[in-house]
Amino acid sequence: GPGGGAALENANPLIYRRSGERPVTAREEDDELHDSIDDREIFDLIRSINDPEHPLTLEELNVVEQVRVKVNDAESTVAVEFTPTIPHCSMATLIGLSIKVKLLRSLPERFKLDVHITPGTHASEHAVNKQLADKERVAAALENSHLLEVVNQCLSARS
Amino acid sequence: CLENTDPRTRGRGIQLLSQVLLQCYSLLQEKEVLHLVLFYENRLQDHHLVIPSVLQGLQALSMCEVLSPGLAVSVLKAIFQEVHVQSLLQLDRHTVYSIITNFMGTREEELKGLGADFTFGFIQVMDGEKDPRNLLVAFQIVRDLIAKNYALGPFVEELFEVTSCYFPIDFTPPPHDPHGIQREDLILSLRAVLASTPQFAEFLLPLLIEKMDSDLQSAKLDSLQTLTACCAIYGQKELQEFLPSLWSSLRREVFQTASEKVEAECLAALHALSACLSRSVLSSDTEDLLDSFLSSILQDCRHHLCEPDMKLVWPSAKLLQAAAGASLRAYHCITRSVLPLLLEQYTKHPQSSQRRTILEMLLGFLELQQKWGHVEEDESALLSLRAPVCSVVFSALTDPSVQLQLVGIRALTVLGSLQGFLSPSDLELVVDHLVHLALHEEDSQSSEAAMEAAGSLAPIYPKVFSGRMVPRLEEALQCVSSSEWEEESSHNHCSLQQRCLQALAAVSTHTSIVKETVPVLLQHLRKVQKGSEAGNTRDVICVCQSLHRVALQCQRDAEGCGYFHQTAVPCLLAMAVQAAMPESTHPLLGKPLLEEEVLAAMVPVISTATTHLSPELAAQSVSHVVPLFLDGEVSFLPQNSFPCSFQPFEDGECLEAQRRLVALLMAFVCSLPRNVAIPQQERLLRELLVLSCSCNCPFTATTAAKCFAGLVNKHPAGKGPGQYPMGPCPLLAGEWLSLSLLSPGQQLDDILQLAVNRMEPGLAEGPCRAQALTLLLWVTKALVLRYHPLSSHLTDKLLGLLGDAELGPAAADGFSLLMAESPDVLHKGCHADVRIMFRQRFFTDNVPKLVQGFHRAGPDVKANYLKGLSHVLNHLPRPVLVTELPTLLPLLLEALSCSDRVVQLSTLSCLQPLLLEAPQIMSLHINTLVNQFLSLTSSPAMAVRIAALRCAHALTSLPITVLLPYKARVIRALAKPLDDKKRLVRKEAVAARGEW
Repeated sequence: GPGGGAALENANPLIYRRSGERPVTAREEDDELHDSIDDREIFDLIRSINDPEHPLTLEELNVVEQVRVKVNDAESTVAVEFTPTIPHCSMATLIGLSIKVKLLRSLPERFKLDVHITPGTHASEHAVNKQLADKERVAAALENSHLLEVVNQCLSARS
Repeated sequence: CLENTDPRTRGRGIQLLSQVLLQCYSLLQEKEVLHLVLFYENRLQDHHLVIPSVLQGLQALSMCEVLSPGLAVSVLKAIFQEVHVQSLLQLDRHTVYSIITNFMGTREEELKGLGADFTFGFIQVMDGEKDPRNLLVAFQIVRDLIAKNYALGPFVEELFEVTSCYFPIDFTPPPHDPHGIQREDLILSLRAVLASTPQFAEFLLPLLIEKMDSDLQSAKLDSLQTLTACCAIYGQKELQEFLPSLWSSLRREVFQTASEKVEAECLAALHALSACLSRSVLSSDTEDLLDSFLSSILQDCRHHLCEPDMKLVWPSAKLLQAAAGASLRAYHCITRSVLPLLLEQYTKHPQSSQRRTILEMLLGFLELQQKWGHVEEDESALLSLRAPVCSVVFSALTDPSVQLQLVGIRALTVLGSLQGFLSPSDLELVVDHLVHLALHEEDSQSSEAAMEAAGSLAPIYPKVFSGRMVPRLEEALQCVSSSEWEEESSHNHCSLQQRCLQALAAVSTHTSIVKETVPVLLQHLRKVQKGSEAGNTRDVICVCQSLHRVALQCQRDAEGCGYFHQTAVPCLLAMAVQAAMPESTHPLLGKPLLEEEVLAAMVPVISTATTHLSPELAAQSVSHVVPLFLDGEVSFLPQNSFPCSFQPFEDGECLEAQRRLVALLMAFVCSLPRNVAIPQQERLLRELLVLSCSCNCPFTATTAAKCFAGLVNKHPAGKGPGQYPMGPCPLLAGEWLSLSLLSPGQQLDDILQLAVNRMEPGLAEGPCRAQALTLLLWVTKALVLRYHPLSSHLTDKLLGLLGDAELGPAAADGFSLLMAESPDVLHKGCHADVRIMFRQRFFTDNVPKLVQGFHRAGPDVKANYLKGLSHVLNHLPRPVLVTELPTLLPLLLEALSCSDRVVQLSTLSCLQPLLLEAPQIMSLHINTLVNQFLSLTSSPAMAVRIAALRCAHALTSLPITVLLPYKARVIRALAKPLDDKKRLVRKEAVAARGEW
C-alpha cells in the first residue's frame, strides 16, 4: 500500500472501467415516443456515486453493476443489489444509504425502492439490509446533519 | 518652525520642506543635497511624530542624481540605526522600501561596499512586514539582492527566514480592494525569491516537504510548483540529501490524491527533479544520483504495473513516465526495465481489458520516445524489442475488443512516426491491418481510427500507401458497386462502399496520394450519378463528402490544392451541366446531381478547392467559369459535347434545371480571394439580381440571392470607408442616382441601388414577396458584415417587416440568419469582409428599435419582435450580454410567457448562462424565474422542457438566502418531470432536483 497518510481499509483495491455515457438514440430524441425507465437508466443514476473512502466511484469499485439493477416501470418497483469491496467493510451502511437517497431524490414517487447487499458478500448483511429497509430509520439518519453531509458528499459531482 | 519646540509644529515644517523637495529634487545642486542629507539624517533622531516627514524628504533626496558618493550609504546606515521601521505606518514603511530600491538602482557599487551589513540592515527593516503592498516591494528587493550578487555573508538563513515565513501565501484580497493585489501576485513574487538561489536549498527543501503534507490543497500546490521552479537552478548537490523524502512525498500524493491538479503538479515536480539530476555536471568522485533516484522509483512502482486491475497501476505508470520524460538518459534507464516487463505482462494477462491497460501504458512510453525523434541504435531498449513490440501491437489490432483495438491503432501510429523503427515488411503488414480495420471492422470507432491512422502515416510513407492501400480500396470500391446484391445484404454493401470512400479521403494526406485517389473518386461519382434510385442520391453525397475532405487536406499544400482544383472542379461542373441538359425523355426528377441536397454537398467541395488557390490559377479559373454561366462557354469542360446550350440566366421553362447550377457558381465565385478580379462582374450581378427576385423555385432564388450577397460583400467600396455622409441615407434623399452618374466607377453603389429598386416593390406586394425578403436578408447580411452605411437602411426595412402579418415570422427568423455564421458564403473562410465586432454593433444599433417596436406592436405580431430579439441575443458574446442585461431582463422575462416555442427556447438558452454569470441581478427576479421555469417544465416540446430544467438547475447558483424560500416548492415541482415520458428530460430533472 501507499506509504504514510491515513490508513485505508483497502488501499489498493481492484478497479473496473467506467462505462461511457449512454449514447443518445434517435428514438430518444423523438418528441412523441415514450421512453420507459430501464435498468441502464437506474444504473446511470447510481454508478457515479463516490465511494466514501476512495476517490473512486461505486462503478469503478464494482460495488454496483448494471446486472444487479432490476426495474419494473409498469409496476413501479426498483431493486438494487450492491457488493461491498471486502466482507467487513464498515462503510456498507453508508454506501447503501447513499444509493437509497440518490434514488429517492431521482425517481418518481410512485416507485417502491429496495436496496440491499448482494447475498453472501458481507459479514453483517442481514443487519445492514434491515436498516436500509426501515423507512423510519432512513428518515432519522437523514435528519442527522453530519450524516447528511457525508451522504451529500458521496452524491456530489466529482471536481 | 523647524526649530519649534512642539514636535507637531516641527513635523509640519519638515513636511512642507519634504513636499517641496519631492517636487524639485532634480533641480538641486550637489552641495545643497549634501546639506539637506546631513540635516535629514540628523532629524531621524527626532520625535517619532516627525519621522514620516523626514523619510519623505530622504525619499526625495534618494532620487537626486547629484548625490555625492558615500551619502547613500550614510543615509541607509542612519535609517537602519535610528528607525524601527516595523513600528511605522504602512505608507511610511513603503517610503523606506522606496529609498532602498532607489539606492539599489543607482548606487549599487556603494551599497555593495557595505558588505553583508546592508543585507542584515534590510532583513531588520522587513522583518515582520504584514502589508501585501509592501511585501511585493520587499520581495523584489530580496530578489535584486540575490540576482545582483550582494554579499549575504552569514545572513543567508536569516534572509531565508524573513521571507519564507510567508510561505505558503495565505491571502484573500478584501472585496473592492482598490490596490488590485491578487493572491497570485504574492505567490509568484515570493516563489521568485525562494527559488532564486541554491543557497536557500538546505532550508527550503525541508519546508517544501513539510508543506506538501499539508491539508490545504493550495499549500500542496504551491509547494509543488515552488519545487519545480527550484529544480531549474538547483544541481545534484542541493538535492542529494533530500531525494528520498522528496520521492516518498511525491509518491504518497500521487498514490492517494483525488485531485487531478495535485497529481499533475506532482508529476511536473518529479519530471523537474529527474531533469535536474540528468543535467547536473558531475565531478569525477561523485556518484551519479540519477541512477539511484530512478532505481528507487522503479523499485516502488514497477511491481504495480503487474496488477492491471488495481488502483495503483496508473499512478505508478504516470510516475515512471514523468521521470522518464525528463531526459534521454532517464528514458533509457526506465524503459530498459519497464518495456520488457510490460511486454511480458501483456502475454501473461489474456483478458482484453487488462491487455488494454498494459498496452495503454506501453503507448505512454512509446509516445515519450517520439520526443527524441529517431531511435538511437546503440542505447535504445525499444529497438532491440522491435519484434515483440510489433507482435503485441498487431495482436491488439485483431482482438475482438474494440477498446483494445483503438489503443493498438494509436500505438501503431506512434510506432510509424518513429523514423526507421518499422521494417518494410512491418509496414506492409501495417497497411494490411489498416485496410482491414477501415473496411471490415464492424465497430465504426475502430474503422474511423484506422482511417485517421492511415491519414497520419501516409505522408511519412507515401509510396507504401499509394502503392498498397489505394489500389486495395479502389478494388474494393469497384467490387461493391458492380456486384448485384441481395436485398438483405444491401445494407452491408452500402456501408462497405461508404467505408471505401471515407478511407480514400482519409489517406489523401500527401500530394502523390491525392493524385491517385481523386481520379478514383471522380470515376466513382460518374458511375453512381447515372442511376436514378434514392440510393444513388445518398451515394453521390458520400462521394462529395469524401472529395470535400480531400480538398480540405490539400488546402495547405499549393501543389495539391492546384491539382485538386484543376481536376475536380471542371469535372464536377461538366457532370452537372450534362445532367441539366433538357432531354424530353428525362424530366428533372431522377437526376441525383440536380437534387438540392446533392448540390448542397457539391458546394463545399468547390468552395474548399477555391479558397486557397494561387492568384494565377484563380484568375485562369475565373476566366473559364464566369463565361460558362453567362455565355454558355463550355469549351474548358472535359467531355464538352452537349446536346443543347447552357444558359442558366435565360428565361424558359426547360431551363429550370440549369438555373439550379447557380449553386455551383456561388460555391466558386464567392470563395475566391478578394483580390481576384471577376470578369463581367456587373453583368453577373444584374443577372443574379433578376434571378433572385423572379425565380419561382425557392432553392434557386435563395442561391442567387446568396451569390449576389457574397459578391457585394467583397466588392470594392465606391467611396472610401467612413466617407459616407452620416445622417439620412442619400438614397432617401432621392439624389443618389444622379450622384452616381456624376462619379463613374461607383459600381457598388449602382448595383446596390438597383437591388433596392427591385426589392422594395417586391416586398410591398405581389407573388414574389418571399423572394424579395430572402434577397433583403442576404444583402443586409452582406452589408452589415462590412459596416456598409446602407446596411442601417436595409435593417430598418427588415424591422418594419416584423409588423407585417404575412412576412413577419419569416423576417423574425431572418435575424438568426443575420447573426449566425453562414456555412457556405459570407464567412471568413471564403475571404468575406467580416468586421470583428459586427454583432455587437448590430446589437447596439438595433436592439433599442426592436424593444421600441415590441411595445408599439399589436398583440398578433408582438411575438415576432421577441423572436428577432432572442435571435440577436443568442448570438451575442456572453460578456456583452451580461453588461446589457439589466435593461433587457424585463423583456426577456416577458418573452418567457410568449407561447412561441422558438422564443421560449432561445430565451431560456439566453437566461441559463446569465444565471451562472450574473447571479446578483437575476436574484432580483427570482419569483418570476421560478414560476416561469417550473411552468415550462410541462411544455409539450421536449426541447423546451429540457431547457427549462437546465435553467431550474442553474438557479441553484444564486445565493442560498435567495433560494431558501423556494426550496420546498421547487423540489416538489421537480418531482413531476422525474416521471417525464422522455429519458433526456428525466436526466435533466434528476440533475436539477439533486442540486436543489
